[in-house]
This record gives sequence, structure tokens and C-alpha cells, in this order.
Amino acid sequence: MTETVRPLSSMRKGQKGVIDSFTDYELSLKLLEMGCIPGEIIEVIRIAPLGDPIAISVSGYMLGLRKAEASTVRVRMQE
Amino acid sequence: MSGKIKIALVGNPNSGKSTVFNALTGLRQKVANFPGVTVEKRTGYSNLKTDNGEILEAEIIDLPGTYSLYPKSPEEILPFQILCDPNNESHPDLTIVVADGTNLKRNLFLCSQILDLKIPVILVINMMDIVIYKKMSIDFEGLSARLGIPVIPMDGRSGKGLKELKKAIVQPLVSPVKDFIDVREFAPEVVDELRSIVKVDSNYNAFLGANNLHIISGFEMQQWKKDKITFICEKYKFDPQQMQARETLERYKVITLILKDHLKSLESPLQKSNSYKIDSFLTHRVWGYLIFMVVLFLIFQVIFSWASYPMDLIDSGFVTLSQFVRTSLPAGLLNDLIVDGILAGLNGIVVFVPQITLLFFFVAILEDTGYMARVSFIMDRVMKKFGMNGKSLIPLMSSVACAVPAIMSTRTIQNRKERLITIMVTPLMSCSARLPVYTLLIALVIPKGSIFGFNMQGLVMMILYLLGFVAALVAALAMKYIIKKKERSFFVMELPMYRVPRWSSIGIHLLEKVKIFLFDAGKVIVAISIILWVLSSFGPSGTFDSIEKKYQEQSSSGQIQQSEVPRLIQTEKLEASYAGKLGHFIEPAIAPLGFDWKIGIALITSFAAREVFVGTMSTIYSVGGDESAKLTIKEKMAAEVNPKTGGPRYTFAVGLSLMLFYAFAMQCMSTVAVVYRETKRIRYPLIQILYMSGLAYLASLIVYQLLKP
Repeated sequence: MTETVRPLSSMRKGQKGVIDSFTDYELSLKLLEMGCIPGEIIEVIRIAPLGDPIAISVSGYMLGLRKAEASTVRVRMQE
Repeated sequence: MSGKIKIALVGNPNSGKSTVFNALTGLRQKVANFPGVTVEKRTGYSNLKTDNGEILEAEIIDLPGTYSLYPKSPEEILPFQILCDPNNESHPDLTIVVADGTNLKRNLFLCSQILDLKIPVILVINMMDIVIYKKMSIDFEGLSARLGIPVIPMDGRSGKGLKELKKAIVQPLVSPVKDFIDVREFAPEVVDELRSIVKVDSNYNAFLGANNLHIISGFEMQQWKKDKITFICEKYKFDPQQMQARETLERYKVITLILKDHLKSLESPLQKSNSYKIDSFLTHRVWGYLIFMVVLFLIFQVIFSWASYPMDLIDSGFVTLSQFVRTSLPAGLLNDLIVDGILAGLNGIVVFVPQITLLFFFVAILEDTGYMARVSFIMDRVMKKFGMNGKSLIPLMSSVACAVPAIMSTRTIQNRKERLITIMVTPLMSCSARLPVYTLLIALVIPKGSIFGFNMQGLVMMILYLLGFVAALVAALAMKYIIKKKERSFFVMELPMYRVPRWSSIGIHLLEKVKIFLFDAGKVIVAISIILWVLSSFGPSGTFDSIEKKYQEQSSSGQIQQSEVPRLIQTEKLEASYAGKLGHFIEPAIAPLGFDWKIGIALITSFAAREVFVGTMSTIYSVGGDESAKLTIKEKMAAEVNPKTGGPRYTFAVGLSLMLFYAFAMQCMSTVAVVYRETKRIRYPLIQILYMSGLAYLASLIVYQLLKP
């Protein structure tokens, strides 16, 4: 098992990981206050029928965000 | 303690804030509303008994839901302004923070910010029913001691906890003493100087002010202070983004520590929840869209078929009332004014209460259950193609009720271009004011009966609504290429758990909407009805006399039958009246659409509000003759003869042309006003009037010219 860090947007449905960092400062502020904190466990719950946006579970609730936004979140994953 | 207290109710969206508000105030609510309809800041009142038996009058302000005190969308500015500006007229003595108990972590974030403003706070932990269902346990006493504020568990739905909340409100106010986090640490010089020079009341307020320079420029504050704040921030190179990130991380760190001690929850995977199972269906790539279409379809069918019974009842009730007044009051001007002006106008409003109630009812259910958020989620990709956002669907859908609150709800869209496009196209959606017009015209020109087992009239109605939606999409697409604004587009949105609708909240909401429709819109409609009656009952001096003289001569000389005289006189009088002259004036422009001067009058008055159409029609056709009081407006219009063809005035072609005109034209003063207010530019409502009315004219022209016999 190896640990990889990759963008949230590349995760498949059902995959889990831990938020590592953000690549976009401005967007990270919005995500932070919505509870997407580095160290927090997230899981891709659902991908919208047309492939975008996606729904993740974080801090005990479900959050919807576009792939473009998800690509700024880097996630640590065990593979 | 006695007297008055001002309380602000704040919380995250979907925390059940409105339920708590309704539980506290009952029906004693006042909606700070805008011409037309809307809810921006709701105020309610509650008289509370203090421990020693005195009465405390509480004024409670329900603020829009927000995730933090860093406004990211226009909607979130109001809570920031009211809480952070001590000079704001709504600045509270006490804040009640409503938190969703199933999601304390994120909900406590906002609470911790308000604590640091040093405003007295009561924390209400709501949705206890689900907390218990999920087998979570919260240590309220420990939490209360840790935060230094009263913490009250509540189940807004059943009202459990309300008594305790009321008891907590009447206790002496205590401002929080210790900092939740010490923001001074992040920027000591800025915080210290702001506090000593500008006299900001708390460290955190100073810090927030420095972070939100663009917003505090709107505060009630002397200009030198604003300049000074800007100056101090520049002097120490205050970096708002970095500061905000540090603050957020620090807060969550403390919250996580607190919750570790006072919250026990079994990690239950989301996949096991009912919400997840429901979502598998409602956001499915085939079922999701299909279900959405079926839901819309059913709503229209139901509105059309259910509402017709009470509507017929109201209509015939007014006919009876008119006849009663007509025969029991002495004939004359007053009699005419009451029957043809006031009663006809009132009928035009009251008759739509059933449909509007049903429509608002369904929109409210879709929002309250959490389904609307899913629709945004599955439709975002599509909406993006049209220059909008998944969140645009909420304004578009609620515009089916009324464009005014719908346009205000675009505030949740962060991106300016997407928001602007949504505002520009929202009025194309068929609102409830068009419903009366459609209903009347469909009943007039579309035969009853069914196709494939569906009510045909209901089907046409649905097509009209779809047409509005398609037009909105096409217009949006055009604007996507015209409007030039470079700004990032966001779609970050909570997908709340599915919930059973809160019926009492929906009930209060409906009551509020119907009341506003009846009184605010009603005032305009009755006023216009009376003006119209005057305009159509009087003409330039002398003309009416000469008409009567002419017919008297003709009848006495035997040219026409005696019994025909009153009707002929009335018809000619209407044509010679001021209203008739106005209608004739625009007739050349609207004749190619199949409209005559009578419809012309209705078009003119409809520019105030569409629903005036029906009232105008009933007034115009009431003035037309004595027999009229016995017939409903539909019967009167069906009996109208086109003098040129000898056939009915309202043919299929005319009816369709009129419906299309009303589907597309911008005929609503309230919408114009709200668009101006939301965009702060006069050019946007102007462009909107022009493009929509142009579209309406074109559509009607084409349809009528193609279909006319």
C-alpha cells in the first residue's frame, strides 16, 4: 500500500482520503469555512449524472462542488 | 428586567432557523417587503414573561442563513452588517444562533465568530429528533460551560425546547468574556490601532473590519474612520486572505477539541442513511431527470384540476354578489362603480388565490424537503452551458410563483455574470400572475377533453410554462456571449438531508404570500380597476350626450328596434370613452397580432401587472351592457363578436397570440423595480423590458399571421 496525493477531482465514487492542502488560495477560503479542513476525512459520495459536479461527505454532511473546484483540493489516499 | 429587547436569529442555511423563528413569534410577523412580494428581513414579535412576572417585548429579526461572517455572496452581507455595525438600526441586544445538531462542527464555526464579537449569545441546538435518531449524544451542560453561554437543545418541529429558550431569553444579558480564539495574535498592530483610534468595540470586530474593507464602506460610520481603517490596514500590509485562512483554521482546531469532549457520535456511514438511498434515485442519471419532469408535470396538472373547483365557486359567488348589489342599490353612478369597478376588480384577484396558494405550496415543499438542492446538483452541468449555475434553477423554479422573490434569491449565486444572466431571464418563466391570464384564455379557446388520458387544457398550460423555460434558456445563451465579465464561477453547495416538510412553517409561509398577494397586489389591481372604470365610463364632454341623442332620434323614427337601444348606446359609449380612445390609439400597432382596441386597453393596464388583464377584461365587458352582471367574465368574452368577421372575437389564433404575448412580455412594475435594486443599474431593467416585449410582439405576430383564417 502506498500513499499518494492527488486532486479530489480525480477520485472515483466511493474513494476515501484525507484533505492535504489547497492549490487555490481564494477558493480555499470558501472551502475552509464549509468545513473542508486539512486533516479531515472526505469521501466521494456521488458524481452528478453528467459527470459534474460531485458530492462529497465532509465534516458530517454532504457538499456539492464542481470538478473545477475539486481540482484545487489535494487529497492523501492509501492505494 | 422589563421593557424591550432586540434579538437577531442567525444560523447556517438549513439549520431550521425559520422553524425556531415561527415557534417564537407565531403569526406575529412583519415582512420587510418590497413592492410586490418578498422576504428579505423578517421581523416578528413575542411577549415573554420574566421570572418576576413582568412582560418583556422581544423584537426578533430573522436573518438570511450564512456560513460565516465573511460574506461570499450578496445574501450573506446582511447578517454581517447587522452584527458588526453597532450603529445599524437592527443591531441586536442578543443573538440566538441556531445550529443543526447533526452537524455541530460546521455550525459552531459561525457561533464562535459571533461569540468573539462579544454580543450576548444563546446557542440553540436544533433538529434534536435527528440527533437522537442518529444515536449521537451531546453534553449540553459541558458545552454551555465551555462556551460560556446558554445552550438549549430544541426540536423545532415539535416545539420541544421552546419553553427553555424563552426562559433563557429573559435572563439578564451577559456579554461573552473570554475570547474563543485570540485574533489579536494574528495582527496585533492593526487590531490595537483600530481599537484605540477608531474605537471599535471588540478585537474581533476590528479584525473583521480590516478583512472586509469593501463592505464596511456601507456602514453608518464617519468617513474619517473609514479612511483611517483603510490607512491602518495599508500601513501594516494587512493581508485579508491570509488572515482569514489562519482564523478559520484556528477556529476549527478549537471546535474539534471542544467536540471531542462534549460530543459522542457513532461514525455511521452516509451510505446507510435513508437520504443516501433516496439520492440514488433522485440523482440517478436516468431516473433523476425523469422524476424531475414528472414532478413538474404533476404539479401543473394538480394546480389546474384542483384549483378549478374553488375558483368556480368564487366566480359564481361574485356573480351572485354583483346581482344582489345591482338590484338592491338604486341605479346610478355609485351602483355602477361598485359593481363594474370595485367588485369586478376584486373578483379578478380573489379568484386566483386557490391557484397561487397551490403553486406556492408545491414550491415550498420542493425547497423544504431538500429536493431543490438535488435539482441544482444534477442540472448544474446543463445550466453552465447556458451561462448560469445549478443554483440558478432555484430562482428559475420559484419564479413560477413570482419573479420578485426569485430575483432576490439569486443572491446565493456568487459569480456576478451567472447571477446577472439569471436575473435577466428569470421573468421569462411563467409566474403566477400569468396563470389567471392563461386560465381564462385556455378556457376560452382550448376545448375541454383529454389526450392520452391527460386533461388537454392542463397540457396546454404546461406547454406554456415549458415555453417560458425554453425562452429563458435561449435568452441566457445569447447573454452568455454578450455580457463580458471575467470572474470565477463557483458551485459550492450543501446538499442537506432529506426531511419531511415542516407543515406549520409552510402554512405560515403560504399565509404570508397569499396575504401579500391579496393586499399589496390587490391594492394595485383594485385601484387600476377603478381608474379603468372611470376612463371607460366617461368620455370627452358632450360626446356621450350626443350618442344618446342620436339613438333616441333613430329609435323614435323607427330605424332601429327600441329594445336594442341601450346595448348599442353602451357599446358606442365605451368606444367613445377615454379608455376606448386609448385603445383605438394603439390599435394600429396591435392589429397585426389579432388584437382589437378592447384588448389594447388591457395591454396598457397590464404593464402595471399582468393579472390586471382579467380585471380589466371584466371591467370593460361589464361596462358593455346591463345583462352583464349575470354572466362570468369567460362567458362574456366568449359571446363577444368580431364585427369584421361576424364570428367570435376570441378565435383560436387570437387566443394563442394573446397567450404568447403574455408569456414573453415584461409586464410587471415590481419586477422592474427589483431588478433595478438588485443590479443597481437602470440599464438592466430597461434592456429587459425591451428584449422581452420585442420577443412577445414577434412571437404573437408570427403565430397570428400563420394561424389567422
